[in-house]
Formats: sequence, C-alpha cells, structure tokens
Amino acid sequence: MTFLRKLIPILLTLLFYGITAKAQDDDLLSLIDDDSTTVEHVTSAFKSTRVINSHSIESLSSGVLDFRIMHRFGRINTGAYQLYGLDQATIRLGFDYGITDRFTVGFGRGTYYKELDGFLKYKLLWQSTGAKTIPVSLVLVSGMTVNGLKWADETRKNYFSSRLGYYYQILIGRKFSDVFTLQLGPTMVHRNLVATKEEHHDIYALEAGTRIRLSRRIALTADYFYIPPNQLDSRYGDVFSVGFDIETGGHVFQLHFTNATAMNEKTFITENDGKWSKGDIHFGFNISRVFTLSSKKRKMK
Amino acid sequence: MKKFPLIIAFLLMNVYASVGQERWYTKEAKVSFFCDGSAENIEAYNNKGFMVIDVPTGKIEISVLMKAFTFEKALMQEHFNENYVESDKFPKAIFKGTIKDPENIKWTTDGEYAVEVSGDLTIHGVTNVITTPAKITIKNGVPVGDATFIIALADYNIDIPKIVEDKVSKNVRLVVQTSLNPFVKQP
Repeated sequence: MTFLRKLIPILLTLLFYGITAKAQDDDLLSLIDDDSTTVEHVTSAFKSTRVINSHSIESLSSGVLDFRIMHRFGRINTGAYQLYGLDQATIRLGFDYGITDRFTVGFGRGTYYKELDGFLKYKLLWQSTGAKTIPVSLVLVSGMTVNGLKWADETRKNYFSSRLGYYYQILIGRKFSDVFTLQLGPTMVHRNLVATKEEHHDIYALEAGTRIRLSRRIALTADYFYIPPNQLDSRYGDVFSVGFDIETGGHVFQLHFTNATAMNEKTFITENDGKWSKGDIHFGFNISRVFTLSSKKRKMK
Repeated sequence: MKKFPLIIAFLLMNVYASVGQERWYTKEAKVSFFCDGSAENIEAYNNKGFMVIDVPTGKIEISVLMKAFTFEKALMQEHFNENYVESDKFPKAIFKGTIKDPENIKWTTDGEYAVEVSGDLTIHGVTNVITTPAKITIKNGVPVGDATFIIALADYNIDIPKIVEDKVSKNVRLVVQTSLNPFVKQP
C-alpha cells in the first residue's frame, strides 16, 4: 500500500507533463499567441463616409481625397411629362479630405439654395477589439452652411449672418458583424434666420442609419431622420432614404430613393416637404471617387 | 525519505524538458506581400508576424494578422481586407510546417543553411500543402530566417473580379524575413 501511495503522485506528475508537452507540440504558436498586445480597429462599418444623406461613422484615411458627386432627380410623381423626375436635377459637388485617420474635413456646393457647406468630422472613439475593446464608434460632426441666393428683398437691410446655418451631430455606431452595421445620430440644426416668428431657430432631430451587406461588393443602406413634432411648419417632415451601395474598384456608387431634394443637413432636416406617402420620391445617386494624395504617412518605418 | 522518488522524478522531467525544448520565436516577423500588375504593383508590409521554431523536431509555425498588412493606398488595404481575403471572417494566415533535415543545421555555429520547408499554408480559410526553399542564417548564435512563398490566388479561393483580371498577376509572393529570440518558458 505504501508503494502504491508513492506511485500515484508520480504517475499523475508524468501524466501531467505528458499532456502539457503534447499540447505544446501540437501548436507551437499557442506558446506566444496572445491577442492582448494589439488593438484592432474595426474597419468598413460603412462603405462610404455617407450612409446616403447622413454622415456615417466611417472616416477617410489620412492623405485620402474623396471627390463626391451627389445627385437627386425630380419627384417620381411628376409623371411621364417630366420622365418621372429624370428631367430635373439637383446636385452637390464636394471634396472631403482625411487629415488623419480620425479627422476629416470637407466642403461642397449644392444647387439647392446655391448653398456652400463645410464640415469637420472627428472620430472620438473607434470600435476596436484586442488589447482595448471599444464596443462602438463615436463621431462628432460640426458643419456650417451659407445660402448663396440673391436677397429676397434687396431694399431692406440684409446681414451676411442671415445666410448662415449650422449643424452638429453625434454619431454612435457599431458594426455588429461583417453583414450588419447600425448607427444613431442625435442632431441639432441652428438657423440664424427663419421665415416666420413661429419657427424655431434650433431644430433637433435623430438620425438612424444602417448597412446590410448583400454580397462582397453590394450593400443595402437606409437612413432616417426623425424630427420630433412641433418644431417645424406642418409642411415639413422626416427624411427617409433607402438604396444600394455598389463598389467597383476606386468608385462607390450609391443608388437610392429618398424624399429629400437637398443634400446638406441644415436644409433637408428643416425644409423637407417631400412625403413618401404622396409619392414625392426622388431617384438619386452619390458617386465617390477617392484619390491617395499623400501616401508617405502610410509607409512602414 | 518518503518523498524522495517524487523529487527525483520532478528533477528528471525538468532536465529532459530543458534539453528537449529549445525553441526560437518572434512576434515581429516581417512579412511582405507582392503582386505585380500591368497597371500598378501592389505591395504590402506587415511587421507583426508571429513565428516559432522548435529545434529538435524542425517544426516551424508562422501566423500573421491580415489586417496588420499596410498598403501604400488606403483603398487597396480596404479592398484587400473587405473583398479579397475577407479579414473579418478569416483574420489570420497560418503556416504550420517542418524544416526538412533539421539535423543539418548547427544552431550554435555561425553560418548559412539552405533548407527546404514544407507544410500547410492556410489563407482565406483554405489550406494547401506547400514546399518552398528557405534560408536560415546563424549570426552570433542568433538565427535569422528567410523564406519566399509563391502562391496562386485561385488556390485560396481569392476571386479577382473580371474587370481587373488583366491588370493584376494571378500569383503573389509572400516574403518572410525575421531574426529570432530564444524562447524561455514563462513561469
């Protein structure tokens, strides 16, 4: 019995050594492989820096210039005489540039109100895994718009500041999987000049945007701006857009249907009189073409 | 006295372990990727490759995080991860192989040793057996490894879209180059 009592721990020890040695031989990499040292940022939550009308949580990489053509045809319910809206066009041309991987600036000009707009966009939190797990991305957007139309009444005293509008947005989004991304964006618009005394200068809205990937190069996208009631004239309302992102090499084509004509936050949030229920739907597209202007920063040391 | 055999057993095992487990490793292997094309050459660099060599058996294992490859153009990097290797689904490329005739390498003597490495290469979720020449250089008692893998993208189910088919090569070169550190078992 005493012999057995001594033997058991020895056998157990041998067994233990045998197991660990075997495990190591099967997988050498497991000896050094731990993901705790690297932070991996989640990329391509959206295919583009815009969902459709709204900014997305995606930013441009540093040194990348994005030339964007946003185009909306007229309303489908204008009938055959207007070729279901295709006879009309509203356009915004813009340039966005990535100063760093987190900081993008951009400007553009749209035919609607001959409006010039510029924005700053900063990714404060970047969804990541590994050493630092951050469940969501948080992006701050601040924009400004300048109405370029001639003064409606040239005889009265007009101020340049009356042309200005501002928008501020906090986008919180998460890429839940390779297929599905969702973002929410509380938004505030401020207008220096409003049409009537009853209208508010500050308008609050909530954006929701999503991307559902259908194949490697095609995704379904939608964005919605909910505008809580009693802020705007009753003619104006929510903005809803739905479409597809199609990617080909250096271009991203975004084809969609929307009830908004304008293409910057200030205008489509506060003055959208299109209603899906009435058929005030526009066919539209955004084309994004990126150019790598500075690749120095990307080279490995 | 009662515990004596146990102590002996422990000592023996440890001695055996230290002799039999000479290993070299790195977490900073340089892995580069080259794909020639008529329009532009595509190259990407990664200096975060993991590699372990087990000297007695000649086993060699390399793993590399796909997302850690840096391309000159951000868009190329995005396409690489999103459309070609699908890094979210298949985050790593892994090679598990053996050095042929490892006894020919004198790990303690400086010199250059041409060897052949063969084993399983897994990229994009597809595993293929591959054999490639490699070089191990011992300098000041420290081994430096060099190997080039030439792989056909089609073997790994990596689709090249029709419109760019003529512009990029169907084969890519994966170059691994690294010096190694002695592996000390963590307590």
